[in-house]
Order: sequence, then C-alpha cells, then structure tokens
Amino acid sequence: MTTAVALPVLTAPRGRVLGRLKATGPAGLISATVIGLALIAAVFGPLLAPHDPNLPNLSLSFVGPTSGHLLGFDYVGRDVLSRLLVGAQSSLLGPLVVVAISITLGAVLAVTAAWRQGTFDTVVSAGLDILFAFPGILLAVLATAVFGPGLTAASLALSVAYMPYVARVLRGAALRERSQPYVAALEVQGASAPAICLRHLIPNLSPLIVAQATVTFGYAMVDLAAISFLGLGVQPPTANWGVMISENQTGIAQGYPLPALAASVCIVVVVVAINILGERLFEQA
Amino acid sequence: MAEAQTAILAVSGLRKVFGDLVAVDDVSFELGAGRSLAIVGESGSGKTTIARMIVGLERPTSGSIAACGEDRSRPARSARDRRRRGREVQIVFQDPYTSLDPRQTAEDTIDEVLRLHQGWSATRRRERIAELVELVGLDSRQATALPRALSGGQRQRVAIARALAAEPRILILDESVAALDVSIQAQVLNLLADIRDETAVSYILVSHDLAVVRQLTDDTIVLRRGVVVEHGPTATVLDQPQHAYTQLLRSSVPRPGWQPRRRGITDPEDTTP
Amino acid sequence: MPGSSQPLLDVSGLTVRLDVGGTKQAVLNDVSLVVRPGEALGLVGESGSGKSMTARAIDRLLPRGAVVEGSIRFDDNEVSALTGPPLRRFRSQVAMIFQDPRAHVNPVRRIGDFMTEALRTNLGVASDDAHERAAQMLAQVGIDHGEKRLRQYPHELSGGMLQRVMIASALLTKPRLLLADEPTTALDVTTQAEVMAILDELRRDFGLAMLFITHDLELAAAICDRTAVMYAGRIVEYRDSALLHSDPLHPYTAALAAARPDIDRTAHRLLAIPGRPLSAFEAPAGECAFAARCPHARDECRTGVPGLIELDGGATRCVRAVELRGQLGVSRHG
Repeated sequence: MTTAVALPVLTAPRGRVLGRLKATGPAGLISATVIGLALIAAVFGPLLAPHDPNLPNLSLSFVGPTSGHLLGFDYVGRDVLSRLLVGAQSSLLGPLVVVAISITLGAVLAVTAAWRQGTFDTVVSAGLDILFAFPGILLAVLATAVFGPGLTAASLALSVAYMPYVARVLRGAALRERSQPYVAALEVQGASAPAICLRHLIPNLSPLIVAQATVTFGYAMVDLAAISFLGLGVQPPTANWGVMISENQTGIAQGYPLPALAASVCIVVVVVAINILGERLFEQA
Repeated sequence: MAEAQTAILAVSGLRKVFGDLVAVDDVSFELGAGRSLAIVGESGSGKTTIARMIVGLERPTSGSIAACGEDRSRPARSARDRRRRGREVQIVFQDPYTSLDPRQTAEDTIDEVLRLHQGWSATRRRERIAELVELVGLDSRQATALPRALSGGQRQRVAIARALAAEPRILILDESVAALDVSIQAQVLNLLADIRDETAVSYILVSHDLAVVRQLTDDTIVLRRGVVVEHGPTATVLDQPQHAYTQLLRSSVPRPGWQPRRRGITDPEDTTP
Repeated sequence: MPGSSQPLLDVSGLTVRLDVGGTKQAVLNDVSLVVRPGEALGLVGESGSGKSMTARAIDRLLPRGAVVEGSIRFDDNEVSALTGPPLRRFRSQVAMIFQDPRAHVNPVRRIGDFMTEALRTNLGVASDDAHERAAQMLAQVGIDHGEKRLRQYPHELSGGMLQRVMIASALLTKPRLLLADEPTTALDVTTQAEVMAILDELRRDFGLAMLFITHDLELAAAICDRTAVMYAGRIVEYRDSALLHSDPLHPYTAALAAARPDIDRTAHRLLAIPGRPLSAFEAPAGECAFAARCPHARDECRTGVPGLIELDGGATRCVRAVELRGQLGVSRHG
C-alpha cells in the first residue's frame, strides 16, 4: 500500500507490514484506505468510470449533479466523476515516478556517503548543496520548456530537485546507524560493505525511508498539479486533476465551482492522507 | 614445567596518532596460544584503540600486528582476506543494546556469520546454530526472539555466539561485562570460562575492572595514556604492583573496609590546561 | 554519630505505579526508609530494584501519570503535597546528582550560569556574589582556576570534572540532604575514588545527609553508615554497612556479595545467581520475590510476601532470617 517501490523494505515479512499499519491508529488506517481507493481508481479508473470521460457535450456545460452524474458536468459538458476516476492515473503516476527515483537515488547516495565518509562524503554533500539551490517547480518548468510539455520531463526534473532533501535526511540517520557496534561487528566478521549496507543499514532505515517516500509523494503531487495547472504537464484532453482545476476555473466565478472544487478536494485528500500515513509510520520508527 | 609457547598474537611497536593526540605509543605485547591477556586502563589509556586496531577497525599509524602467523598491520586487500581475518580474531563489544542488529533474531544473526565463513547446507547450519545457542546458555525461545525482547545479559550471549560462529582463535572482550548487573556478570564470566575450556580460544580482555581481570586472565598489561606502564602475570601485577599507577589503580578499588582518600589527582581524560 | 534523632527524611509505605506497556504496574512496593541529619544511607540494587525510582519519588521527579501512595516527609513536612514556592524551597534543601552529568546540563550555557542559577533565582543572591561562591565551591571539590572554569562550557570538561562541578553546584544552596544516583558509575575507578573522597569529606564538613544509590555493594559500604538493599521494588535488608559483608541478614545480599569476582584471588567459577533480577511488576505475586533464585528457599517462602523483620540492629525481609543467622556470610576470605 505504500509507494516505496522496489526497495529492500518490501522484503519485510507480511505480518510486520500489516502490523505496523494497524499500529498507526484510526487516522493512519483511514489514510491508508483513502490511498488504497485512489490507487484502485488509478488502476481501474477507465473500467469504473460510468461515462466516457472525453465526450464533450457543450449543451451540458457546467450543469449540476443529476442522477447518473453525481458530480455534474465540466466546462465542456463531460462527466466530472468519470474524469476524476480516469484522471487518477495520470495524477498519481507522476508522483509515483518522482518518489521512486528520488528515494532510490537519495538513499543510495546517502548510504554510500555515510559508509565511505571522508572525501566522498564531502563531495557528495557539496553536490547536494548545489542542487538545493534549485526550486523544484523552476526545474520542472525549465525541463518542460526544453523537452516539451508532458509529465515525463516534469517528473524527472522534480526527482532531481527532491533528491537532496531525501539524501540529507537519510544521510544523518545512516551516519548514526553506521557508527553502531553491530555494524562494526559485521565488518570484523569480514562482511562486505554492499552486503552490510543492503542487508542491515537500509532495512534499519526503512521506517525513515518510507516516511520520506510518503512526504515526497505529497509534495510531488502538488507540484505536478501546479505544472499541469500551468498547462505544461499533461495535455488535454487527457484527464488530470491539476488540469481539471485549470480548465474549470472559469466556472468558479460564474457560480459553478463544483468541477474545479472536486478536483482540488481529490488532490488535497490524497496529499493529506499520504502525509498522515507518513507521519504515523515514522512515529513508530 | 616450561612449555614452548607459541604466540598467536604478537603486537610490536604499535602506535596510533589522531591529529595531535598520541593515543597509543609504542605498545608491544604477545598473547600465548591458550592464554588469556588483560589490557587494563582507564579512559584515554588507548586500550580500546588497541583492540580496534587488532580487529582491523582502526589502522595503525605504525608498528605491526601479527595474528596466527599472518601480518594484519595493514587493511585487508580482498574480501577473502577480510573473512580469513574474521576467522582468526573476533570481538564482543561493551554495549549489549547496540551491538546486535535490532531487526535480526539471534538465529539469523548467527546464520549470517555461518553463511559468510562456511559453505554449508541449510541443515548443517541449523545444527550448528543450535549447538552455539546451547553453548552460550540460551533457550530456543530466546534464539528466535528479536533483541528488544532480550535482556542485556541475553543479548551479550547472542553477541558471544555470533563471535564464536566464526570459530576464532582469539576473542577480544571489549568491556563485554561492564554494562551487566553483578549477578548477570557472574553468569557471563562463568560462561566465558566454560567456553574457553571447551574451545581452547584465547581471550584478550579489555577492562578497567581489576576483579574481573583477576577472575578471567593469566597475564596483564597496564596502560596509561597510550603507554604500557606494567606487565606480567595477572596475579603478580595485582598482588605486587611495581608501577605507581598500577598501585593507584589497585588502591582505588572499593572493597570491604576501603576508605577513599583525596589525592588531588586530575582525571585521566582531562586534557584542558 | 549523627546529631538529633528526629529523622530528616522519613519515607513510609511508598508505592509507585507507572505506565508500563499500557497498564499501570508497580515499580516500588511499600518502601520505607529513614535518613537522619548528617547520616549517609546507601541504597543498593540491580536493574529493576527500584533504587533510582525511590530517589526520583523523593525529589518529585517521577514521570507524569505516576501513581504514588504512601508518605514522604522531609523535616516533618509532607513532600508530595508541595507546589510552587514551598516546592522550590524544598528543592533547594534537597539536591540531586545523577549518573550522567552531561544529560543534566544545558550544553549551550556556561558552567558559571548553570551553577549560580539556583542561587540567583531562588535565593536572590547577587550575580557577582554567586559567582564568587561558585568559584570557592569548585576549589573545595578540587577544581583549580575556578573563575576560568566558570566561563567554560560543559563540553570543555571531562566527565569526571563535570561530575565534580555537579557536586559543587548541588552544594551551593547549602542543602541538608543529597540524593546521589549512581554518581560515580560512569567514571574511571581512580576518578571515582577521588569523587567519593570528596563527597565523604564535604558531607562531614557541611553536616550533609546523603542517600547514595549504587549497584556496587562495596562502594556503598565505603562511605555510608547504613545500607539498604533493594530487590524487585522492595527493601529486603537494612544493615550497618560494616556488617553487610560479614553478617548479612538476607540471602540476596549474601548472593550479591558472593557473585562479585575477588580482586585477590581467582575462583574456579563464580557463585552466580541463576535467573535474572526482576522488576516489581515481574515478580510473582503472593511470595518472596527472590524465592525462585534463592538457594535457601523453602515452602514457607511462597506463602506470602515476607514482611520486614527487625533483627540485630538491622532489618530483613526473609522469613527464614533467624534460622539462617550466621550461615549467610561471604564465603570467601575477606
């Protein structure tokens, strides 16, 4: 249910993952459910959508909710609910990619720097400091300007921009972990550095990594929605929550806020759920 | 009853400098096969630094260390060398609460070491794990428990089992019983004596506790600020200390009838002018 | 011998329950002790014995949510009821020093600020005057160049020096009782000897009463007139320190003394107590907490929690104490 993709984290036995989830309390469980529903929409959206999300009907522009159309119609008469369901995929996919890349790169850099220390660490830290200077959105806008609009360029740019934050947090924790006697005991046994890092350091950092992943997901979602809002992300007619806010904003002034509002609420709810879950997971670390 | 004693550990002219600080200054000693040696000192004596250099966690500035006939003054070149050294000298640390991976059970901890050093089948490894668990006095519930479910004494037993899994000739005990309750300390000291009888391992005990040193070791070297000030058989060093510092150490130990007296000494670790 | 017979500190029936794993469990059970003015009482025990908890209860330092029963009277005033100015006055009369001085000192403030704080805020002493007194007190604990030290930060001092600073700081408000919780455990043995000598001397000079908490039986015996031994949240023995080794009244005390290695000889094997020390809430109910590990346990030991029996100037919580008189002495030559 978490977005920490393809990390040794997931080798933890099933029972422990579920147990930790249970221990996050009611808020954590609700959040996990919300995220689960969003993921289901992302995967099965097109199947679940009651109507064609891309079929315009200008005579239905901004018509309110009716039976069969629970959230009404958007600015060109498309079913809002269907567009939300179908839009989940592009709205969640981008942040997922950002998280996967930034967390993996960040973790690798952090653990390697913490292990080698010395010059390597200094150089890596300096490089990260330089990256810190670039705001994520700026990088994403530049990337889309250079490589053309679409989620790919923006997601890659955000991955690079977020990576230093992840690396900084993980490096501190990795340094602490690396200086523990059990690591020294393994070194004295003759275990290799990669084995110790992968089998011991990273698993012991996994609560922190997972927490970072969830927080990063939230930030990525908001930043990518902003990119799409600016017209630089997903291109119409593809459904996307950020784009839906943008294209329906005229309705707000005209007294038909529902389409834009519905999309905003989806973003907010998912981001809040992710943050709550991330916080609760970290509390147990 | 003179026996030709081969030294399985020979340290010569060992020196370690950290910036301006000379932590270990021209230290030499030998450990005879089957003997147990105590390295006694207080903070700043260099005793832990020496232990770390012997196991390869710290690199000597100069001097030589040879264990089981092989020189180990420089870092190991290959993974195979590192593992070989792991089979010669092992270490048990002081703090039971951080010397085990909190996510590994005792069995998994030992298994990892066995897989590192031996090409055995899973069945053979399981047998050996059971042997080691029994050797250190743990039961099967404790062997399958995570460290957080174990007490300090039990964790140290796991740490000892992990070290023994490599079947080392030399086991360094770096203040390994210092953090344990008195009654548990006695159990672990007895255990260490039993293990020594059963496996013929040689101990190097790094400790500040002279009573523990008396109980477990044959020979002692006394360190002060990186320099060996006295050495000899443990009984002699403790009963007839020659050097003023050894005498001071001896007389600082609380015992029935002991009266502390002010001597106006400064702390061993105090380097401020 | 200490002065008046009116106790300075009178703890009676102290029972403390803390939140352990979700429910309130007992960590101290029916602890009673008395410290007279100028007297030093040792409190000895292993993990879970409750020795630190007792000191914290006395100094009102228990965690939030602790349930306290029984009475703690200092100078005939009930301490647990104090709040506000009377509590601050109590705290200036009862000083506490801890095992790890670094954890109890603000690392970003100078030594001088830390030492004079109580004097300046609670007793209204002028800053210059307070600093001078602090420098003098530092000299008493063997720290030279007091004025220079006062301007230093904690990280510039070694553990031993910092502990001496803590002692000096504790004595500045001229307390009448010092609670010392394992003050020398983290120190080198030579530093420990020096600090113990300082504590002993200052205690006599200032007529200070002391509750000295340690896991080291011999250490307590060295500077305390009487020693209490705790096990599983209860006091199991009171004894004159001089007799604790040669004539203990409780099997646990004897076992504890015998388990220690002897610096004068190598035993083939130590007399280890099987099992491990228990906390109050781990001990089986309705029987002597030590029975499971005791070499002298009989059926009568399991019929109920033994009460404290007065015996020969001391007290013991062993139902077989009279029977076992003379058999419990340390089995090695002293």
